[in-house]
Amino acid sequence: MRVPVDWLREYVAVPADATGVQIAADLVRVGLEEEGLHGGGVTGPLVVGRVLSKEPEPQKNGKTINWCSLDVGEANGTGEPQWVVCGAHNFEVGDLVAVILPGGVLPTPQGPLTVSARKTYGHVSAGMICSERELGLGDDHDGIIVLTRRFAGDEEQLARLVPGADAIPILGLDRQTVEVNVTPDRGYCFSIRGIAREYSHATGAAYTDPVVALAAAAPAANGGGYAVELADEAPIRGRVGCSRYVARIVRGLDVSAPTPGWMKTRLTEAGMRPISLAVDVTNYVMLGLGQPLHAFDLARLGESIVVRRARTGERMTTLDDVDRALSPEDLLITDSGQTPIAIAGVMGGESTEVSSTTTDVLIEAAHFDAVSIARSARRHKLPSEASRRFERGVDPELGPAAAQLAVDLLVRYGGGTADAGVTDVGEAPESSIILMDVGYPTQLVGVDYDRTTVCRMLTEIGCQVIEDGPTLAVTPPSWRPDLRTAPDLVEEVARIDGYDRIPSVVPTPPGGRGLTHGQQVRRLVADVLAGAGLTEIWSAPFVGDARHTALGWAADEARARTVALANPLSDEAPLMRISVLSTMIDALVRNVARGAKDVGLFEIGLVVARDGEQTSAPTEDVGVQPSPEVLAAIHRAVPRQPRHLAILLAGDRDRAGWWGEGRPADVSDVLGLVRSVADALAVPVVLSGSADVMPFHPGRCAAISLADGTLVGHAGELHPKVVAALGLPTRTVAAELDLDVLIAASEDPVAARTLVTSPAAYTDLAVVVDEAVTAGSLEASLGTGAGEMLESITLFDVYRGDQVGPGRKSLAYRLAFRAPDRTLRTEEVSALRDAALASAAADLGATQRT
Amino acid sequence: MSGPNTNFDPVEVAALDPAAIDEAVAQALAAAAAATSLEELKAARTTHQGDRAALALANREIGALPPSAKAEAGKRVGQARGRVAQAYAARQAELEAERDERILVEEAIDVTLPTGRRPLGRRHPTELMSQRIADVFVGMGWEIAEGPEVEAEWFNFDALNFDADHPARQMQDTFYVDPPETGLVLRTHTSPVQARALLERGVPLYIACLGRVFRTDELDATHMPAFHQVEGLAVDKGITMANLRGTLDRLAAELFGEGITTRLRPSYFPFTEPSAEMDLRCFVCRGEDPACRTCKGTGWIEWGGCGMVNQNVLRACGVDPEIYSGFAFGMGIDRALMFRTGVSDMRDMIEGDVRFNAQFGMEI
Repeated sequence: MRVPVDWLREYVAVPADATGVQIAADLVRVGLEEEGLHGGGVTGPLVVGRVLSKEPEPQKNGKTINWCSLDVGEANGTGEPQWVVCGAHNFEVGDLVAVILPGGVLPTPQGPLTVSARKTYGHVSAGMICSERELGLGDDHDGIIVLTRRFAGDEEQLARLVPGADAIPILGLDRQTVEVNVTPDRGYCFSIRGIAREYSHATGAAYTDPVVALAAAAPAANGGGYAVELADEAPIRGRVGCSRYVARIVRGLDVSAPTPGWMKTRLTEAGMRPISLAVDVTNYVMLGLGQPLHAFDLARLGESIVVRRARTGERMTTLDDVDRALSPEDLLITDSGQTPIAIAGVMGGESTEVSSTTTDVLIEAAHFDAVSIARSARRHKLPSEASRRFERGVDPELGPAAAQLAVDLLVRYGGGTADAGVTDVGEAPESSIILMDVGYPTQLVGVDYDRTTVCRMLTEIGCQVIEDGPTLAVTPPSWRPDLRTAPDLVEEVARIDGYDRIPSVVPTPPGGRGLTHGQQVRRLVADVLAGAGLTEIWSAPFVGDARHTALGWAADEARARTVALANPLSDEAPLMRISVLSTMIDALVRNVARGAKDVGLFEIGLVVARDGEQTSAPTEDVGVQPSPEVLAAIHRAVPRQPRHLAILLAGDRDRAGWWGEGRPADVSDVLGLVRSVADALAVPVVLSGSADVMPFHPGRCAAISLADGTLVGHAGELHPKVVAALGLPTRTVAAELDLDVLIAASEDPVAARTLVTSPAAYTDLAVVVDEAVTAGSLEASLGTGAGEMLESITLFDVYRGDQVGPGRKSLAYRLAFRAPDRTLRTEEVSALRDAALASAAADLGATQRT
Repeated sequence: MSGPNTNFDPVEVAALDPAAIDEAVAQALAAAAAATSLEELKAARTTHQGDRAALALANREIGALPPSAKAEAGKRVGQARGRVAQAYAARQAELEAERDERILVEEAIDVTLPTGRRPLGRRHPTELMSQRIADVFVGMGWEIAEGPEVEAEWFNFDALNFDADHPARQMQDTFYVDPPETGLVLRTHTSPVQARALLERGVPLYIACLGRVFRTDELDATHMPAFHQVEGLAVDKGITMANLRGTLDRLAAELFGEGITTRLRPSYFPFTEPSAEMDLRCFVCRGEDPACRTCKGTGWIEWGGCGMVNQNVLRACGVDPEIYSGFAFGMGIDRALMFRTGVSDMRDMIEGDVRFNAQFGMEI
């Protein structure tokens, strides 16, 4: 909401010396946040100057500058000509221009700029001739302002153009507009009337409600008014669409009469474009008082106005020349109940628009229901100044006064006469009484407000307060439909008294249990991976079919596991990710594109893992606890969202340098990182090969499982097709794990064993197996055969070649045995080794290498 | 060798002549002093202390002397050999020390050579900031609660007193799940966790929720479609707005330094009543520099929204507002990071460029 300061002064006694900055600061205290300040940025000597001479001087850079002398009267203290350099050419000797002299201040996007005499193009330029943009008057920077041209035809202004005269008031640069943000509960602050009242609350300045005099002047409804019928047969949520409709008629209007300059200025400053007298007056009243009005061309109306809901299939053409299909929920203003002439409170229709031939107008000042208007405005994508106000609540008592002001202005500036007949049908809903314990504000805020203070604050904002022992019966004013409960009143007391009076008292909770195990684990895992050289990132979780296809997944199967957005930012990525890798990939590509070669990334984040059909989440009205069944259905509809950990490695894992070659990241690196994570949580995991799972290389991927077989995830090299499709570095390796599984598996504390201190016995064993036998399965079988005294088994050599024959390989292990209570004898160790071999022979056809 | 000769005058045995012994000692000492390396010293030792050395030969002659002469000759030769041995030991130590010194010099390397076969990785600073904030709450005895990112509309809006037709609901720039009948959204704030926690844990309740939230903003220097919030909720008997302020002041001081306080300004949020915007005392100028770039001279920085929990929120979550009251607040973590570290472009936070994280340590 833009508030022209001089308009504000009309309703509240703003101190004469109050600046826009101060007014904004005062309004912030009562909850109107500053959005901007307009005007008032130019200070110091900005004077009218007459161009005495103008010497064009071509410059080396191709530009031509003008070396000018100006008559600035006595403004420069000497009366001598003022010499300035000017880059513009749109003026002649003899023109009157606006000159800022040294010491003057101009607003710039970088902050205020103080003008000084400075050397430029070989001259000392003592000031500058200003353009519209430099003065913050507009965007025009094609040339400087020629005052004689700007005020052509305006004798009053032209008379003020004397060399040396202060140009700030002449150009209106002393006018200020304060822009504030109005929260959605404060509909009444979408008016100068409301802002003035709040300014009064903030500062104590005397406030004059303009509505009081207008309401007194407005004639009461009488039989002579235009016929209006309120016929809402389908109220939304039990509330009628139009509770009150005031109509006034002005006849014999000269619609071509100009809007007075002061009104145009105020409208412009408030952010609205002046159009024509009739339109400007309705906008002016809306901005001033907060009541949206509509002006109909009376000649194009029939017998009566009927306010009703739209019928199925009904259409109308609105003022913006769009033919619209109407919904039965739309509230309409209709001509005699037939032709729609406006979508109530949203936009008027073309057929009854005030035109150049209009002489008689009907002014509508109605009260429409917030929900009905909100839905129509949203449905037709027509947020208007009117709908914005109705949605947030308009004072239902305002109609007669607002219509009176409009009538007064039309009569005065349009030369019409007001009809004696006045329509005022329906009635404002009565404000309901709120009962509040007088101690409640103190109880909720923690400031000791006595009875007098509470009553005074509530009265000050316009409430009627009846005291009944400890209970206050409070009737809010008509312009505050947002006040409905006792806490609403508490806010008013605290706000008017000042939030700065609220003390700072740290509460004392009963004591918490610290971070959960899962929260601790997430920190730990991230620290382990960062310690291992990886960079933690996070990515927006949006993906599309193309990404899924590139990762080797069937697009429809991937969709079946997630949800799609109705309004995604990009049509390429409308789905919520089912894998962290799928969105991390962009970061890898970006790093490589920006010159990083060796990149290790990890991300911990949520993915969607929808199981089965997507059900609908029911809802419940605000302030109502859903039944257990409804709540269960809400929970059921929210898809499962496990937390995943993903890792990506590309380029060298051990970097090249002066010490020598680097070593490219390979599958063993990513498997090593997965093991580090599992080890950090003391969760035993089993890696098994031949996991043919996209996006991984079928021969270079391991499935990672818990000891009980629960799948944790996969790790390996990305499939060459995936690498090619996504433009990744060759041999990129990756992992994706369900961190929630690891978290759950690490809940129980480790059961520690007593360390055995008797000596270990070592023996080596080389076995030959088929190429297809994995190291993991061989090691597992040897371990089973070796029994409980096996302390460790370490693979130290892999051999393929003539000695073992084609399709075979030899793996050499060192076995360490330890008995809990004694030193193992050589023959015992040999027997254990033979048992290990026998197990592998039985399970996997292993033979001892000879 | 001849047997004892009782008539033999020691002075007449050349090898035992005192002058000859002195001469042998002098030569031995000179040779030791002249040795410039342990190898040379070893050679000199062989010459002057070895079996064929003059003093060794002289020593051998003593046995042949008459008993009367043995003592004197023995003493003279013994002293001479002692002096030589001492001198060689001393020189040996000297040369060893020199050698050790030299080796240390020779072993010197250039410690300014680059390192980093495998440099340390980094956490994401937003995560570190979240941890820091979480720890402040844990330190105050609060717990950290969590919830899903794809959330039911009821939790995200209705439970929080956002009426379906209220303009506040439209102002959230919400991502909706398709089709709309599904009743799901991407949570627009961490506030649905308030409702989840109240329903699951009951009262009294002191929880903070940190997590990712979503708004339909295109990515630019100051907007991200996904960003991070921290939400605080305290519901107990007798909770006041003064408690809200106390908690915010504590958090501000922990994050931005002692003496950094907060200011409350009246505002509106559907889920709180009374409601407030909270400002943070500018931690750069502390309100003392009208030209401060961080707070633009206002002395305050906008930090988030807060207020007393709306009675409708308590009712929706099965808590009796006649018995319990509470406060809630929410603020941007990314924004707090920007304040704390001067990150100026939000894209740096979400793009995953390793150079971004590399600027920070593992604690923030």
